[in-house]
Formats: sequence, C-alpha cells, structure tokens
Amino acid sequence: MTWTIYLNVVIQGVLTGLVYGLMALGLSVIFGVVRVVNFAHGEFAVVAMYVAFLLFRSLGLDPLVTMLPIAALFFIVGFALQTTLINSFVGRPEHDQFILLVGIAIIVLNSLLMIFGPDAQPANLPYAFDSYAIGPVFIDKVRVYSAVAALAIASGLFAFFRYTATGTAIRACADNLTGAAVVGLDVKRLYAITFGIGLACVGAAGALMVTIADAAPSLGPAYTLLAFIIVIVGGLGSMAGALVGGLLIGVSEALSGFLIEPSMKSMFSFALLIAVLVLRPHGLLGRRA
Amino acid sequence: MTPLLSVAGVCKRFRGLLAVDRVSFDVASGEILAVIGPNGAGKTTLFNMIAGVFTPDDGTIRFDGEQIDGLGPDAVCRRGIGRTFQIVRPFPTLSVEDNVVVGALLRHHDVASARRYAVSVLERLDLIDKRAQPAAALTLPDRKRLEVARALATDPKLLLLDEVMAGLRPTECDRMVAILSALNRESGLTIVLIEHVMRAVMALARRIVVLHHGAAIAEGPPEVVVRDPAVIHSYLGAEAVG
Amino acid sequence: MIELWRGLGSRERGLLIGFLVALVAAPLAVDRYLLSVLTLILYFAYVGQAWNLMMGFAGQLSLGHALYVGLGAYVAALLWFYFGIGPWLGVFAAVAVAMAAGAIVGWLGFRFGVEGVYFALLTIAAAEFTRIAFDHLGFAGGSGGLFLPYEERRLGEWWNLRGGQVLFYYLALILAVGGVIVAARLARSRLGYHWLAVREDEPAARSLGIDAFRAKMTAVLVSSGMTAVGGVFYAFYNNNLFPGQVFDIGRSIELLLGPIVGGLGTVFGPVVGAFILTPLGESLIVLTQKLGIDAPGVKAIFYGLILVVIIYLRPSGVWPWLARILGVAERAR
Repeated sequence: MTWTIYLNVVIQGVLTGLVYGLMALGLSVIFGVVRVVNFAHGEFAVVAMYVAFLLFRSLGLDPLVTMLPIAALFFIVGFALQTTLINSFVGRPEHDQFILLVGIAIIVLNSLLMIFGPDAQPANLPYAFDSYAIGPVFIDKVRVYSAVAALAIASGLFAFFRYTATGTAIRACADNLTGAAVVGLDVKRLYAITFGIGLACVGAAGALMVTIADAAPSLGPAYTLLAFIIVIVGGLGSMAGALVGGLLIGVSEALSGFLIEPSMKSMFSFALLIAVLVLRPHGLLGRRA
Repeated sequence: MTPLLSVAGVCKRFRGLLAVDRVSFDVASGEILAVIGPNGAGKTTLFNMIAGVFTPDDGTIRFDGEQIDGLGPDAVCRRGIGRTFQIVRPFPTLSVEDNVVVGALLRHHDVASARRYAVSVLERLDLIDKRAQPAAALTLPDRKRLEVARALATDPKLLLLDEVMAGLRPTECDRMVAILSALNRESGLTIVLIEHVMRAVMALARRIVVLHHGAAIAEGPPEVVVRDPAVIHSYLGAEAVG
Repeated sequence: MIELWRGLGSRERGLLIGFLVALVAAPLAVDRYLLSVLTLILYFAYVGQAWNLMMGFAGQLSLGHALYVGLGAYVAALLWFYFGIGPWLGVFAAVAVAMAAGAIVGWLGFRFGVEGVYFALLTIAAAEFTRIAFDHLGFAGGSGGLFLPYEERRLGEWWNLRGGQVLFYYLALILAVGGVIVAARLARSRLGYHWLAVREDEPAARSLGIDAFRAKMTAVLVSSGMTAVGGVFYAFYNNNLFPGQVFDIGRSIELLLGPIVGGLGTVFGPVVGAFILTPLGESLIVLTQKLGIDAPGVKAIFYGLILVVIIYLRPSGVWPWLARILGVAERAR
C-alpha cells in the first residue's frame, strides 16, 4: 500500500525537521533579540558536526552524549564572538552585518575544507541502520533519538525564556530595547548570552545532525539558507514558529525529494521562501513587525 | 473661490483605535492655517493622509480641484504638496546642497539648473554657508531649515510643516517664523502647520483648527480659539475652565 | 562625456591617462599568465561596477547577482552552440533575458515591500532556484555542463570572440572602462540622485516626489543587464559552463568583494577593489603552490579575512582613503 510509504516519508521528514528546527531556533533567537543577521549560521552547524564526528571517531563518544558539552562550548564561543566582534555591528546597517558574517562564514567554511577535505564523511554509528517498527512504519532509531533530543533542548529553552529572570530580561530586550536599557538591564551582557544561546542551539543541532547526515563543508551554506527559510516561514521572533517551520520544511523536503527528484528538493524550499517573503513576511506564527 | 485644500469628513482607524474622527476643514490659497491639539490628538496622522502616506478610511481630500486621497506620497508631491517630518529626515551622507538638489530635481530635470535653484533656496533659508557639509553634521535648527529648504525646492503650492519649531530656541523660532511669513507674503505659499509652540502659532496663523482625540473641536481665528472653553478643557482639564 | 572630462582636475586627468596608457600597453610588456590575471581583474572591475550601481547607489542588496551572470552566459552560449549565432548578436538576447529575470526579482521585492535582509534572501533564493533548474535542463547540458566547441578554423573571428588572450584582455578593458563611464554619468544624473535619495531614506525621497518603485526597478534592470554582458564574456572566455559554478552563491559573493573593499557607491571603488583583491588572491595561490602546501581554500579564506577587516576598520572602502592620499577628489556622497 503506497500510503505506508508516504507515512514513512512524512515521519522521517518530521523527525529530521525537528533537528532543523532546533538549528533554526538558534537563528530565531539571535535575529529576534540581537537583530544580527547571522549568515554564518549553517557554517557553525557544520563545525559542530565535525567536532561531534571527531569525538566519535577518536574517543568513541556517541554524539547524543557529546551534544551537551558541544553546546556548552558553542555557548562560550557565541558569547565571546558577540562581546568582541559583533557587538560593534549591532547598530550598523544590515548590509554591514551581513557582509561581516559572510566573511566569517567564508573563513569557517574554507578552514573546514582545508582541514577535512571536500568529501562527505559519515559518522557510522553502530546503530545507524537500526529502526523501530511500529505497524507498517519503519523509523530509524537515530532519527528518533535526535528528534527527542532536539525537542528536549527546545523545551528547555522555552522554559528558560518563560520562567527565568534572565530569560525574561532577554525577551524584554527583544520587545523594547530602549525600555530595557532604561530599566537598567545590562543589554550588552544579555546580547552576549543570547548569542551564546543561539550558537549553543546550533552546536547541539550540529551534533545531532551528524547522526543522520554525513559531514561535509558544502553543507554550510545550505544549512544557513535552510535556517533562514525555516525562520522566515515559521515566523521571525517566534520560537514555536522555528520548530513549526522546521517541521514544515523537513516534511516538504522529504516529500518533494521522494515525489519529484532528490536533487530538486531544495527548489521547492526556495520557492516557498520566495512566496513567504512576498506574501506573508511575518511568517506563520511571527509577530507583525 | 474654491479652497486650495479641502479635507472633508476624513477618518482613520488603526486596528480599533480611531485616530482621526470625521475631520473637515478648508484652506484657501495663500492662507496660513495652524493645526493644534494635545499629543495623540491625530494631527500627524491627518498630515500623513493629506501627504499620501496613509489612505483615509472615510472621507475625501481635494487639492487644487483634484481628489488626492489614496495617492502615494510621490504622486501627492508632484501635484504640489510639500511636507516636512516631525522627526527630521535629512539624507545623512549627502551634502546640504545635494539634499536640496534632490528636491529641486522634481521640477528641474536638468541637474545643473536644479543645482542653481537649490542654491537660491539655500540662500533664502540662510543655509548657503553650510552647503558643502554633510547633512549628518548639522545642528538640529539647521536640520530643520534644511528640511524646509528641501521641501520648498519642489516648488509646492502647499507646504505641510510638522512641528518644525520643536526643539528650537526662541531666537531660532523667530528666525523660522520670519522666513515662513516672508515666503507666504512674497510668493503666496499656502502653509498648514502642526505646532505646539504657541509663539509661532500666534505669529503665523490666520486660522486655527484644534484636534482632540481625533476630532476637530474648534476652528477660527487665533484670538477666538484660544479662549474657547472646549479647547482649554482639552489642554488643561475641566478645572481650568471653571 | 566631455562634461565628465571637464569636471576633473589636472592631477586627476594625469593619473587617469597614465593608468589607461599602462593598461592599453600591457600586452606588450607582460607575459601571458600576467595578462590573464589582468583580464580577470578587469572582468571583476566590470561586474563589480554593475553590482555597485544597484547596491552602492540605489542601496538594494543583491546577494544573487550570479543569476544574471549565469543567464547572460547561458543564453549567449546556447545561441552559439545550437544556432551559430555569434555573441555580438547573442549579447542582446542575453541582456534581455537577464533584465527580465531582474524585473521579476525587482517586482517581487519592491511591489511587496521586501526590503533589506529579506530582499537579499529573495535574491539568493532566485539564484539558487535557477541553479537547480539549470542542473536539470538537458538541452543546456544539465549538471554535466555546456561546452563550447574548439574550432581551429574559427580562430581569428574576433566578432565571435574566438581568439587568444589578447583579444579577451582588450575586451575586458573596454568593458571595465565602459563600466566606469556608465557609473560616472549615472552618478551625476537625475536618476543617480534619485537612487541616492532612495538609498538614504526612501520615505523622505518619496515625499520629494521621487517614484521609489521606478527608481529601484531601473536600478535592477540596469544592473542585471550590465552584469549579463559580463556573463557573455565569461561564457566565451571559459568555453564551459556548469550551473553549480556559474550560478553558485560563491560567485555572487565573489563579485561584490571588489566594490566593498574598494568603496561602495563610488565610481572607482570597484576598479580599485578588483586591482587589490585579484592579484593578491592569485599570488597567494602561487605562493602556496611554490611552498608545496596543498590548501584549496586558502584564497577564499584570505578573501574572507579581507572582507572582515575592511568592514570592521574601513567600511567605506579603500578608494576614499586612497583618493585622499593621492589628492584626488571624488564627490562627498
């Protein structure tokens, strides 16, 4: 029965989409709060992939385990990057920021290229080909684990922004920057924390990604664009939107790859991006600017 | 004589908030009209509708015999309405002169003649000494005069001035008043100004319209309007009237 | 043109003439390899200028300009490949197609208020979409590429751009000089002023009677058309086209490096930028090869570093600073 095939494809898309969503969540947080266009987002994700890959190859550590230390490491990197370089660009015209991060992206991407070479490197986890069988559906174990991990982190982040003082302070900065400063919030430090959180999401997502995709430098720009598509489709400034957008893109990519042709699946995503930009720029769940 | 500008029953709603509530008034050619009222009364929204930034939800606006509500800002300017912004918007990296040249290019398609006209406008507005400076380097009073100069360079029949005196010291305010009344006197330029600075309002306006909560609550010559109980109430509260 | 010349001081005229004479005489003085580097420099000076018109003057950030290079290249190449129509005619079709694409991108963006970052993303999406589309166009060679045949009998047909390095060098020189002239004329024109006004503050520009939509559309059309000519050059110079290369986002970024490093919104910025970046990049490659280091991404890393350094320290570019040193004036814009 073909509907079982579709079901498999959709479920696979959902699970992958959750990991995409986590990555996009990082971008949404960064763009929504610090208002910096992180055009190096995907490249950082790929760095995380390689770090997880190396840890697995050399120390045998499962990426699901190393995900947390990697996220912590990326938090520090993000914090440092924001305080040193990016902070001076916060008020500057968007295209200045864009160019800065494009430059960083180029440096990161080509460094990876030089260190690891252009070929895709699979992680080859011992359970990479195991799957759960639920009725007519076969779901890869790796996808389930990574999707669950992504959801767990996203929920943690929701809780952080909702219930903690720092989280609320960050949301205040996003809503009304002058008001936040006037009330005495240390905006610079909050920005740095936010950037750190954003990159931590990317780090975690990258570590998870290496369980389901092969690490390759060329994925950098692709993931950057993917993150932007998800964030714009799902709605800028909305964390739930990033996840919903991720699901949507994950499923549509899986379906279009299956129905049309795998190499054409991004075409659909780009067409969707154009449509959303033109027709409904605040996305599905985003706040109206 | 048909009025130059005719605002009739104009309304504007922003998602539930009625910003402008059935406002009507006429402005004759060569007249100076002031629109006053407490903050949030809808004055700038009214201006934005005349200038084509917003489309009225109701009512019509006629200028020089033509209906202009619904036209975009550039179309409105081409028909002869110039405007300044409440928070000045110079072209920051362009020189003072180039800022005005941009305005002059509307009626003077040749850059050289636009430049000549721009220089004459700069002289009129007393900015000629600063012509080569980048606009971002100007002080606030100079920026305000630059804003007026730029709008004037488009050769408007009607000039909308949005709080052009705000932030100016009394001497600078008087200077601006002198320039504006000279323009009105010599070239018959019609002026509608939103103003809080009563010094300027009393000096310039022949008629005043008072807005409060989006509606026009009084209209007439300055001496009459200023003593109107409803007007005093809107500014100072009920106790002040009694 | 004469007006432009009159507008220059004697110092500026001297520098300009000296520079031009050196460039014209170059083939007599340098070897083939250096000539090819010079050709590359002039090519980037030209396409960078085309991009500069849209971004530096009109303020619309396009990160997908490779779309127009690619379309120009493919249209002219396909006309030659299938119908034997030479580039001197094919260029018109190439420009028309690229301008149509530019019109679509511009219309989608400007009509629907897609600005800034979002507009940039729109341009990226358009280029990527086209890249993947061309990967699947069989008649254009698909992802395997389109190859223009090498025909010995045709050597010397300069109008069909079948010739040696010198031919392409002078063509690139003509394009680069032409680009500068177009930019200089536009900078002082009514349209140029409209572009600057829209770039600086669009609502204020509109309040002065400027039709911003029209100004921006004109910018995209001029820019895309100009870029397409560069694409035609590219096709006949390289004689092979791959969608993954021609439409690649790396290409879009490559062509904007010159104007940014040289000076956005200036007439000579793209030229200065190209003369700085390309030789440095090429010499870096030569250096690493001589040292025996196999480092495929080193040139790109270098470009990335320069980009970061310039945007951090001297965002208005090298040319304004250089111009001050040379005592040459380019108008404060």
